[in-house]
Amino acid sequence: MAPLVRSLGKPLAHALAVAALWIAACAAQAAPPIQHWITASGARVYFVESRGLPMLDIKVEFDAGARRVPAERAGLGGLTHTLIKAGSAAHSEEEIGRLIADVGAQLDGNVDRDRAGFALRTLSSERERKQAIATFAEMLQAPAFPQGAFAREKARLVDAVREGETKPATIASNAFYRLMYGAHPYALAPTPETILSIERADVEGYYRANYVAERAVVTIVGDADRGLAERIAEQLTAKLPRANDTPAPLPPVVQPQGQTLRIAHPASQSHILLGLPAIARDDPDYFPLLVGNYVLGGGGFVSRLYLEVREKRGYAYSVYSYFLPLAQEGPFEIGLQTKKEQAEEALARVRVVLDEFLARGPSVAEMKAAKQNLVGGFALRIDSNRKLLDQVAIIGFYKLPLAWLNDFAARVEKVSATEVRAVFARRVRPGNLVTVVVGSGEN
Amino acid sequence: MGIRMFRCLLVLAAALAVTAASAQTGAHEYKLANGLRVIVKEDHRAPTALHMVWYHAGSMDEVSGTSGVAHVLEHMMFKATKTVKSGEFSRRVAAAGGRENAFTSYDYTAYFQQVPKAALAEMMQLEADRMANLLVTESEFSQEIKVVMEERRLRTEDRPRALVAEALNAEAFFAHPYRRPVIGWMNDLLNMSYVDARNWYKRWYVPNNAFVVVVGDVKADEVLALAKKYYGRIKARPLPERKPQLEPEQRGVRRLVVKAPAELPYLLMGWKCPVLRDVSQDWQPYALEVLSGVLDGNESARLNQSLVRNSRVAGEVGASYDMTARGPGLCLIEGTPGPGKNAAELEAGLRAELALLVRDGVTEEELARVKAQVVASQVFKRDSIFGQAREIGRYETAGLSYRDIDRVLEGIKAVTAEQVRSVAKLYFVDDHLTVVVLDPQPLGEAQSRPAAPGARH
Repeated sequence: MAPLVRSLGKPLAHALAVAALWIAACAAQAAPPIQHWITASGARVYFVESRGLPMLDIKVEFDAGARRVPAERAGLGGLTHTLIKAGSAAHSEEEIGRLIADVGAQLDGNVDRDRAGFALRTLSSERERKQAIATFAEMLQAPAFPQGAFAREKARLVDAVREGETKPATIASNAFYRLMYGAHPYALAPTPETILSIERADVEGYYRANYVAERAVVTIVGDADRGLAERIAEQLTAKLPRANDTPAPLPPVVQPQGQTLRIAHPASQSHILLGLPAIARDDPDYFPLLVGNYVLGGGGFVSRLYLEVREKRGYAYSVYSYFLPLAQEGPFEIGLQTKKEQAEEALARVRVVLDEFLARGPSVAEMKAAKQNLVGGFALRIDSNRKLLDQVAIIGFYKLPLAWLNDFAARVEKVSATEVRAVFARRVRPGNLVTVVVGSGEN
Repeated sequence: MGIRMFRCLLVLAAALAVTAASAQTGAHEYKLANGLRVIVKEDHRAPTALHMVWYHAGSMDEVSGTSGVAHVLEHMMFKATKTVKSGEFSRRVAAAGGRENAFTSYDYTAYFQQVPKAALAEMMQLEADRMANLLVTESEFSQEIKVVMEERRLRTEDRPRALVAEALNAEAFFAHPYRRPVIGWMNDLLNMSYVDARNWYKRWYVPNNAFVVVVGDVKADEVLALAKKYYGRIKARPLPERKPQLEPEQRGVRRLVVKAPAELPYLLMGWKCPVLRDVSQDWQPYALEVLSGVLDGNESARLNQSLVRNSRVAGEVGASYDMTARGPGLCLIEGTPGPGKNAAELEAGLRAELALLVRDGVTEEELARVKAQVVASQVFKRDSIFGQAREIGRYETAGLSYRDIDRVLEGIKAVTAEQVRSVAKLYFVDDHLTVVVLDPQPLGEAQSRPAAPGARH
């Protein structure tokens, strides 16, 4: 929760935009070597030894994101993820929280459309490390899904979804994904109805089918040698459920018909999103899109959208664009918020900037600036264990080449302006663009 | 990026981590002839450097009618100087492979660039230039003020819980300038002129009201040489007098209701609490810090365990306390009612928890747990050069020294269970409490409400 706002900042585009860019942007100065192996149970492990600080970061992720959930049970993925923390056969929810905190460790979770997982940060000293990892291992591999916690978390999730349905940003995002993805599971967002239909057995079943060793990815960064990392990875995965079969194939992502949806809302600003499904994680077009998007709307305070929409016209505080590569074609998204009275002008300006970029592509100077930042700033993308952990976890989950970080700069350098224009023209077709305006004043 | 509402996120998500002090051993401090202080902490884990400039000028230094000007000036700092064109600053940071931002709070305004280490000199040159040579023009101001108003709409006007927080500050403080929102009242923004921003710049942006923090793969003496070269030539100027504006004692509970479109009610309670002034004599802020950890330092801490998991009167709950501040402190508790519960039931549940704490105190186990988290966070925070630089800056702007960080850690470790109980009893009293409740309105009806005063179109 977030009460007193005591600090304001000039946002570097949009939080998501930057996150997406950073996920991508890692280049070729000496990235530390990634060691990779498979555990006895079939989990993939990615390990970076980093001895600078007496601490360990461990991430365990599964192919258990929202895309694995049947439409009529939307919310099941998030609920299962929450309930994994709700106690095991041996320890209650309260005890698990205490065992982690007693040694100063920190546990975080993440769920998105593809991935679901947890990240543990602990001191590497023996007593702290052992207790933190043993608790983490038990939580992951022997969740009890107690009925009481199930009922409570289900009710809390319904409340949270209802609250979200009053917020313009959430309304816009849900509608945007619905329009982009249609019948594909990337479109899904939980509703009170889908959540209320979930039974405890669904949660247990979802866990058994998806939190399986063969589709687990363990990422370890920090103060350990290979032997210790191997023991940790075994400890965290040996008792996971086993996959009975491969997951059912998902339908292909189909390009939407271009359309604009306007939704009324009493907020003073309109929340505007434009985009379409664009690119999968392993697609080689990624690099031209990354470089091009830096110019269009990804590059902090220097992108075209920033200059044209914010700097020159004062239409918005936050305006950005990004590509979010997923297992299947993830979205290209442009977003901004602007006071209602000027929403149509601001949207028109965004379209002018986009259309102009699609028509002509980046200039020579823009290409140079983009490469300077993406390549030159590589060191910043991996200058902490936390950042490394997130980068390596993506490489692991999406089975990118282990040399991905080391090849990055060369791949960026190779991109030409012609290529950017050609790839954008192929990937961002105006006829498929969907637009959502929440708070348009129209019903 | 993270800086947006960074402080607020940190305060809430990890009350402990915020004040978690650390071994700042190895930091070097210098003072230039013009009064500018330079603090350097070498950290050679990665070939990057973080450069921050902090000004002792935040929204608490503003006067009525121009609220928000500290933050508006922060935006203007990215515009033209005498020699650097508008937008050029950011283009050069980007070209160096850097990232940058700035943040304004009640107590300070700060700017930073994180860059590959070879670019540090250029960053210092650019930052020194805008310390002395900024041009605040009418045309650029008139564009940027629109951006700031959009920012206020985004962060506050359309966010019911932010309106509640704004109301709490305005009500808890009658006299102290913490009563004004950092971003400023909309009507003050509407009536602000470039002259207000320019005056602010002239008044506060001087080397003797600033300090530089550099953390990263650098050598302290080389940073000093660069600081002398670039910042050393800027002249000092006398600073205006700062009035204390002390808050008079609160004499009784204050309650407010805020209506806004939402589904769930939201409750925010703030008690006047002391902040850290003397690191070796004060003990109450340390005890309040531990108290905050006992209430909300981990998932099984008292508030979540008792109110969200057990009685379920809360859907979400949190406690926070920030012991470092130039002005007066607040201990905050916030929450939403659990499914089927209302704000009154939530408040009763929270009060019962506090009463229990005052009556029975905390256990040794709870105390040890909080301290273990503090100790671990000393290691964890060193993973981020940004976090380290920010901690140094926060101490310095709160009237403390970065050297105090270690003593604060010792102070927290020395807190006893009885001290925690006694600060709970002393400070969590109704006479010093302000309560604000969000009364959620349906979207449809809220649509027909009259425009808020000041929302001129």
